[in-house]
Amino acid sequence: MSLAVASAAPARRSLWRRGILSSRKGRVGFAILVGLVAVAVFAPLIAPHDPNAIDASRILAPPDLAHPFGSDALGRDVLSRVIYAYRVSLGVAVGSTLLAFLVGVPLGLYAGYHGGWVDTVIMRPIDMVLALPAMLLAVALIAIIGPGTNISAIAIAVIYMPILARVVRSSTLVVASQTYIEAARARGTVNRKIIARHVFPNAVGPAIVQATVLMGFALQIEAALSFLGLGAQPPTPSLGSMLADGRDVLTQAPWVEIFPGLAIAITVLAFNFFGDGLRTRLDPKGVAR
Amino acid sequence: MSPRARFILRRLLLAIPVIVAMSIFVFLMIHLVPGDPVQTMLGFRATPQNVATVREQLGLDRPLLAQYLTWAGGLLHGNFGQDFISHTPVATLLRQRLPVTIELTLLSMSLAVLVGVPFGVRAAARPGAVRHLSEGWVVGGIAIADFWLGIMLVLLFAGIWQLLPPSGYVPFLKDPVQNLRYLTLPVLALAFGESAYILRTTRGAMDEVLGTQYILFLRAKGIAERRIVYRHALRNAAAPIVTVVGIQFGVLLGGAIVIETLFALPGVGRLIVTSIQQRNYVVVQGGVLVVAVLFILVTLLTDVIVGWLDPRIEEGAAA
Repeated sequence: MSLAVASAAPARRSLWRRGILSSRKGRVGFAILVGLVAVAVFAPLIAPHDPNAIDASRILAPPDLAHPFGSDALGRDVLSRVIYAYRVSLGVAVGSTLLAFLVGVPLGLYAGYHGGWVDTVIMRPIDMVLALPAMLLAVALIAIIGPGTNISAIAIAVIYMPILARVVRSSTLVVASQTYIEAARARGTVNRKIIARHVFPNAVGPAIVQATVLMGFALQIEAALSFLGLGAQPPTPSLGSMLADGRDVLTQAPWVEIFPGLAIAITVLAFNFFGDGLRTRLDPKGVAR
Repeated sequence: MSPRARFILRRLLLAIPVIVAMSIFVFLMIHLVPGDPVQTMLGFRATPQNVATVREQLGLDRPLLAQYLTWAGGLLHGNFGQDFISHTPVATLLRQRLPVTIELTLLSMSLAVLVGVPFGVRAAARPGAVRHLSEGWVVGGIAIADFWLGIMLVLLFAGIWQLLPPSGYVPFLKDPVQNLRYLTLPVLALAFGESAYILRTTRGAMDEVLGTQYILFLRAKGIAERRIVYRHALRNAAAPIVTVVGIQFGVLLGGAIVIETLFALPGVGRLIVTSIQQRNYVVVQGGVLVVAVLFILVTLLTDVIVGWLDPRIEEGAAA
C-alpha cells in the first residue's frame, strides 16, 4: 500500500514537470487559468464595487483609478460586473463540459470496447448529433426548453458529449487491442472491471485534453447564447449579456464592450495553451486533435 | 459502375438516413416543448377557442405518426407550414432569407480560404517571420469570438472612421456595391476565425508533405521550390484542407446566427432567433431544418471532393 502511494506521487509530479509545465504554452496557460479561477471563486472579495449599484453621476464614465474599466449606461462599475459575469460564464463553461465528460466518456468507452452492434447502437445517434452545426443545435435546444443559464449549460453539454464520446471511442479502440487487455480477458476478468481498471485509465487522456480545450470554447458559446438573449437572463450577469447591453453605447463608451470580450478571449487562449501542455503528456499521438 | 461512381452513390445513400433523422428531431421540437406548446405560443391570455383552433391548424390533435407523415410529405412539396404571427407561408420566409445566409457564408468561407491556404503554405514553405506571424494569426483567430470581433469592427469602421455602415442590408441585385459595403464587416468578423483554422490545417498538412522522401527527391532533381510547393506538395496536402473547410462550414453556419443578429442581416439565422423569442415554433422548425440540410449537403460535397482528390479513400470505401 505504502509502496503504491510512494510511486504514485513522483508519477504525478513528473506529469506536471515533464508534461504540462515543460512547454512554455502549458506554463502560460496554467498560470492564467489559476488567476482566472481565483477571480471567479473570490469574486465578492476582488470586485471593488457592487456590480449592480447604479450611480447616476457616473453614467458612461471613462476608466479611471477607482473604476479601471469605466462605467456602463446605468453608471455601474464595469470591472465589478465583468468579475461577477465571469463567475457565471466560467461556471457554465466548466459545468457543461464536466457534464458532457461524465456522459460522453462512458458511452465512448463502452462503444469502443464492445464494438459490433453495441458500437452501432451508441455511435450512430451520436454521429447524427455531430451532423448538426453546434450553435444551431444549442439554439434549437433552447427553442424547445426555453432560455436560461442552466439550459445553456445543458445545450453546450449536448454539443460536447458526442465529441468526447468519439475521442474516447478512438483511444479505446487502440487500448482494447493491446495484449494486456487480451491477457486480462484470458484471466477471466469481467468486462466491467477491465474497462474500469485497464481501459479507462489508458484511454481517457485524449478526452481530458479535448475537454480542456472545449471548456474555453464553452465560454464563447455561452457568451454568444447570452448575447442573443437565449442564455443567462437578467438580473444574472453574463459576459454575453453585457456585450448585448453595451451595443447601444458602443461609440460613446467602448470600454463597456472591450473588457468582457477580452475576458472571453483570454480564457479561450488559456484553456487552449493549457490543453496543448496536457497534450504533450496525455495525448502524444494527437487522438484529440 | 466505376469505383468513383459507387463511392458517390454510397455517400448519397448515407446522407438520406441522416436527413430523415434530422427531420424527426426537427418535427419533435414542437412536441418536446414543456407544457402545451400552443398555449406557450399564444401566451396565457389566449382563449381556449383560440388554442383549439391553432392546435387543429397545426394538426397537433392527430396521432404523432400521422402528424409526422403529413409534415414530412408537405416538406417534400416545399410546404414548411405557416407563420402563425404574419400568416406568411414559412417557405416564403425561407426563400427570402436563405440567399442572405448563403451569400454571407460563401463570402466568409471564400475569404477565409483565400487568406488561410496561401498563408499556411507560405508559413510551411518559408519558416521564419511568416511562420511566427501565422502562429499569432492562429492564436488570435481561435481566441477572439466572431461576434466580439464584429462589435470591435463596427466600433472602428463605422463608429470612429465612419467608412462602412454599422448594420443593415441591401440585396445584391438591387445595388451590388451597397450590398458588399453592408456585408464587409460581417464577412470579416466570420472569416477571421475560419481563416485561422484553415491556416493551421494547411500549415500542418504542408509540414507533413514537405518532410516526405519524394519532396527530397524532387529537390535533388533540381525542380524549382515554388513548383514543388504549389504543384506537388499542395496537391497532396489538399485532402485535409478540404475536410476542414467542410467541417468549418458548419461552424460558419452557426456563427451566422449570431452575426446576422448583430448586423441586422435578414438571414435565416436572425429569423430563427427572432422566432424563438416570439415562440414561433413552426418558423424555428423550418429555419433549423434548412440550415441543417444545408450543412449535410456541404459535408456530402466535401466527402465527394476529398474522394476525388485522394482516390485511396474511394477504394477504401468501395472495398
